[in-house]
Order: sequence, then C-alpha cells, then structure tokens
Amino acid sequence: MIFSHIPLIDRPTSVCPIIDVFLNRKTKIYFIFLAFSLIAFYSSPTFAVEPSEVLADTALEARARDISKGFRCVVCQNQSIDDSNAGLARDMRLLVRERLVAGDTNAEVTNYMVSRYGSYVLLKPPLNKSTYALWYGPLLIICLSFVILFVFFHRRQHSSVVTTEGLNDEEQRRIDALLKDEE
Amino acid sequence: MKRSIYLLPLFIFLVIVGYFAVGLNMNPRDIPSMLLDQKVPHFDLAPIKGSKRGFSHKDLSGQVALINIFGSWCAACLAEHPFLMEISTKGLIPIYGIDWREKNPDDGPRWLAQRGDPYTLIGDDPKSKVAIALGVTGAPETLFVDKSGFIRYKHVGPITPKNWQSKLWPLVQELREQ
Repeated sequence: MIFSHIPLIDRPTSVCPIIDVFLNRKTKIYFIFLAFSLIAFYSSPTFAVEPSEVLADTALEARARDISKGFRCVVCQNQSIDDSNAGLARDMRLLVRERLVAGDTNAEVTNYMVSRYGSYVLLKPPLNKSTYALWYGPLLIICLSFVILFVFFHRRQHSSVVTTEGLNDEEQRRIDALLKDEE
Repeated sequence: MKRSIYLLPLFIFLVIVGYFAVGLNMNPRDIPSMLLDQKVPHFDLAPIKGSKRGFSHKDLSGQVALINIFGSWCAACLAEHPFLMEISTKGLIPIYGIDWREKNPDDGPRWLAQRGDPYTLIGDDPKSKVAIALGVTGAPETLFVDKSGFIRYKHVGPITPKNWQSKLWPLVQELREQ
C-alpha cells in the first residue's frame, strides 16, 4: 500500500477513505460544503421574473404568474415565459401584467396572446378540431390494443383443442426406431 | 392471407418513418403567423432618438410596403442591411422600420448613422409593444403589406438577394397588380 504510512483509524465516520488520505479535516469540510452548495445551486429552480417586474397587488401578481406559466416563450420554445430569461419573454410578462392591471380577465389576456401567436403560444394545447388526434389518439390506441389482445387470446383458447391428439401408429414406430438407434 | 399479418409491424414501422421524415424536416422556428390576411393592427410608435417622425399604421395606407423589424443588437439584421440599402437606393419598395428592443436609445440611431438608413420611417419599440402585437418572434422579420393594409406574408430571417429574386420580389409585384 502506497498510503499505508498515513493513519486512517482515527476517522471512523469517513465517507470516502481516499478523500481522507488526500485532504486534512478543514479542506475536507470545505470541499463537502462546496459540493453540496453546487448541487443546491444547480438543482434549485431559477427565477426569471425580476423583482422590478413584480406587481404590488399580490392577487394580480399571482394571476400573472399563473397565466405566464401557460405561455410558451416563442424564442426558446420549450420554456414558459415565466421561466425564460429571453428579452421577448420578459416583455411578454410585462404585457400580461399591464393587461391585468388594466382590468383584463385571464381569458382576455390568453385570447390576445393567441390572436398574435396562435395556439402555438399555449404550452397546453387546446382541445379543438386540429388537436382531436393529439388528445384522443392515445386513448384510441389503448382501446384498440385491448381489442387485439382479446381477439388473440380468444382465438388461441378455441384453437388449442385441435393439437391435443396423440401420435398415430406410424409416428410411434418412427420414434421407437430413432430411440433404438440412440442406444 | 394469414401470412400477411407478419408484414404488419413492417407497415407500422414505415408509417412511423414517414411521420418522422416529415416531422424532423419541419422547422420549429416557422411559427405560423396568425396575422396573415388580417389588417395591420393599429399602432403609433414614437420616433427613434434624433428623429422627428415616428411610425404608425396610418403611414402604410394605399401602397404595397415592407415592415422590417430590426435592432442594433441583432447580427442577422447586420447581414441583411446592405441588401435593404440596395432595395432602398433603387427605390424598389418603401421599407418601414421598427427598431426593436434597444437597450440604449442611442444604439439604433448610431447603428443607422454608421451603416446608412434604408427606412422610409422608423418607430422605436423598446418594450416589444408593437412587436408582440405583430406576432414577432425574432429579428429580422419582414411583413409584406398590401395596398389595403392587409398583411400578406411574413418573412422570417434576413432578406438576401437570393430569396428576394426567387420569392419576395415576385410577391411584391403580385401584390401591386391586385
């Protein structure tokens, strides 16, 4: 052992002996702290909404947040405008708030956005003629697969009767002959 | 007949391949414009710094015109700019500009002073008010407006000599004949 001269025994709570070998107690605590803070930093949700955007009226602000979460950022495409740091998303958030302050209902704000960007701007696709396949397609496929499964097992059960006949004399003779050859 | 059931997976596979072939070749950035064949929404933009006149929807009346969304921060607009200058100096069609999302009100005017101004009128849109009203998703974008003020086409990305010759200029002539 290369590191056999370094005593390891006085560290019974060691998580990873290799770390103990290379680092003293202080640096170890520092590195563990660093690791945890990195994890915390990268896994916490980032907030795109800047403090200056937030409305003083908490009820309105809550509505604004709620609506914004449903609008797709047209620049980044897979984020809502509530999540996105894109400039246009920010302007859309401000527009949503402005309209709410002006007295628009949630539906009116949504209608405005849809009239400009189409239902594309909605993260949850609406149920209409062009999206029937999207909403009902999976259900249809599940139903169809149950029908196919049912037909398959039903047929197998009924056809299994045919295969339970024994060997005829000719077949028995051939098998006997083959078994004899083996010996 | 019985055997043909074994071809079913192959058939399903081919259908899926077909869907993927079409789907993966679609550009997710081609967002369908809702404003196609609709009237230009009403707006009245303030002038950019150092200019006296802004740009409102009324300025468009009675002519086929382009509305070009640009910004000094936008690299593709820079690429498009020399050709817009060419269109403008040849007097092919009036181009109206919307200076979009300038961080500093001096940026747009400076950009134009350095490179030339191809625009008939320019409106300043720092907060995307009109950009959102026009369904803009990025810059540059160019809207083609007909004589009666209807949006007839939206071109996303730079106007180049190539797409101008092959598509956009014929479209302008077609709109003029209407």
